[in-house]
Amino acid sequence: MICATDVHKAFGEKVVLNGVSADFKPGQVNFIIGRSGSGKSVLTKCLVGLLEVDRGLVTYSGPSGDRDFTAMRPREREAVRHEIGMLFQGGALFDSMTVRENVMFPLTMFANLDPVQMERRVQECLQRVELGDSGQFFPAEISGGMQKRVALARSIVMRPRFLFCDEPNSGLDPQTAIVIDTLIRELTHEYETTTVVVSHDMNSVIEIGEHIHFVHDGDIPWTGDSAAILRAELPALEEFVYASDLMKDVRKKMLGL
Amino acid sequence: MQRYTLANVTSLLFHIGRYFAFLVAAFRRPRKVRVFGRALAAELEMIGLQSLGIVVLLSLFMGAVIAIQTAHQIGGWIPAYTIGFAVRQTMILEFAPTIIPVILSGKVGSNIASQIGTMRVSEQIDALEVMGVAAISHLALPKILAGVIIFPFLVIIAMVLGIGAGAWISVAADLSSMSDFQYGMQIDFAQYDVMYALFKTTVFAAIITSVSAYHGFYTSGGALEVGRSSTKAVVYSVVLIMITNLVITQLLLT
Repeated sequence: MICATDVHKAFGEKVVLNGVSADFKPGQVNFIIGRSGSGKSVLTKCLVGLLEVDRGLVTYSGPSGDRDFTAMRPREREAVRHEIGMLFQGGALFDSMTVRENVMFPLTMFANLDPVQMERRVQECLQRVELGDSGQFFPAEISGGMQKRVALARSIVMRPRFLFCDEPNSGLDPQTAIVIDTLIRELTHEYETTTVVVSHDMNSVIEIGEHIHFVHDGDIPWTGDSAAILRAELPALEEFVYASDLMKDVRKKMLGL
Repeated sequence: MQRYTLANVTSLLFHIGRYFAFLVAAFRRPRKVRVFGRALAAELEMIGLQSLGIVVLLSLFMGAVIAIQTAHQIGGWIPAYTIGFAVRQTMILEFAPTIIPVILSGKVGSNIASQIGTMRVSEQIDALEVMGVAAISHLALPKILAGVIIFPFLVIIAMVLGIGAGAWISVAADLSSMSDFQYGMQIDFAQYDVMYALFKTTVFAAIITSVSAYHGFYTSGGALEVGRSSTKAVVYSVVLIMITNLVITQLLLT
C-alpha cells in the first residue's frame, strides 16, 4: 500500500498540489486521472521521490511496516526504490543498450544472481511481454508499442512490490494500448503489486481501473471504482469522463436515452 | 541594471555551488565495480581512441607550421637551431597541453553534454533514479576518470608528433639541417616542463569532462535545450581552461 497524506507542492507562486491525500491499494490497478496540467504527473513524481514534497507524507507499507518515504535520506530511499518498478511515458529505455541489456540492467546493478540466472530471468520477463525473440535489438530498431513492452519487462524484472506507469498508452494505437493495459492488469495480479497508473485515457480507466483517484485543481475531489465513475455527479469529473462523443453515447445508453 | 547584475551574481553563485555538489556526488563509490569498469572502458574508447585522429592531424600540421614561422622570423645572426628549440618549447609548453584540450572540449565536451542531456530529456536519468541508481556517479564518474587518464597520453602523442613534423619540414624545406634541429631540440631541456604540461592537461581534462557532464545533467526541456547545454559546456570549459591555465602557469613557472 502507498499512502499520500496532505501532500503540498508548489513551483514558485504556482501551487500544483494543495493538500492531496490518497491511498493506493495493493494487488489492484490504481489510477490517477485528470486533465492535462491538473497535477497528476507531479503527484506521481512526489510519490516516487523524483520531486520533493513541500509538506505532507508519502508512506510505503511493507512486511517491515510503514516507511515514511519523505523523511528518508537518499541512501535509505534507495532500499525502497529497489521495490519500485516504473514504466515511463516514453519508455525511457537506454539507447546505448540492447533490449536484453535494458531488461538486465536492474539485475546487474542490484541482484546477487549469477549470469545464467540473470539471463533466465530476463528471458522470462521478455517472454511475459511477448518479446522473447527481440533481445538483440536496440530501442531505436523497435516500434513504440514494443518499446513500452520492453520498459514494462524492465520494470518487473526485480519483482517490484510497487509498479508505476506514467501514461502507458500515450502515442499507441488502440489495439496496442489494449495489449499494454491487459499486461498491466495481469502483472498486477500475478505479482500482487500496488500499481499506480497515471492516465487520461478513459478506455484504460474503464477497462482495467480498480481504484481511481480524480485529480482536479491540485486536489483529489473524487475517489471510486470504474463502475462508480460513470455515475459520478461531480461536474468537473463528468466533464472529464464525458468529454468524447463516444463516452457521451455510453452515457445516453446507460441512462436509457 | 543593478538588479540585472545582482541576478547574474546570484546565478553564478548558484551554479558554482551546484557544480561542487555535483562533483561530490560524482565521486561516490560505484555500486558495482564490474559495471563501472565496463563504462570506464567504453569512455576511454570514446574520449581517447575516437579523438586520436584529430589530435594526430592537428599536431602534425601545427608542428610543421611552427617550424616554418620560426624559420621565417629568424635569420642573419640568430642560429638555425632556434627552430628546433622553438618547436619543442611551443609544443611542450602550450600547444599540446592547452590547445589540444581546448579543441577536444569542442568534440568531447559537446558529446558528453548532449549524451547526458538527451538522457535527461528522454527520462532515462529519471529511470535510473527511480531504480535507485546514483545517477550522477553512474554517468559522470566514468567520463571524468577516462578523461583524466587518457588526456595526458593524447598530449604526449601530440608533443612527439608535433616535434617530429617540425623536424621533417625543417629538413624537407631546407630550413635547417637535422643536426641543427636536434641540437635546438635538446638545448636547455627541462623535464619539469613536461611534468608541468602533463599536470595542467590532467586538470583541463577534469574541467572539460565534469563541466560538460554538469551541463548535460541539468538540462531541462527538449532537443533545443540539449543543443544549448552542449554549447554552454564547450564555452564554459574553454573559459575555465584559460583561467586555470593562467593560474597554473603563474604558480608553477614563476
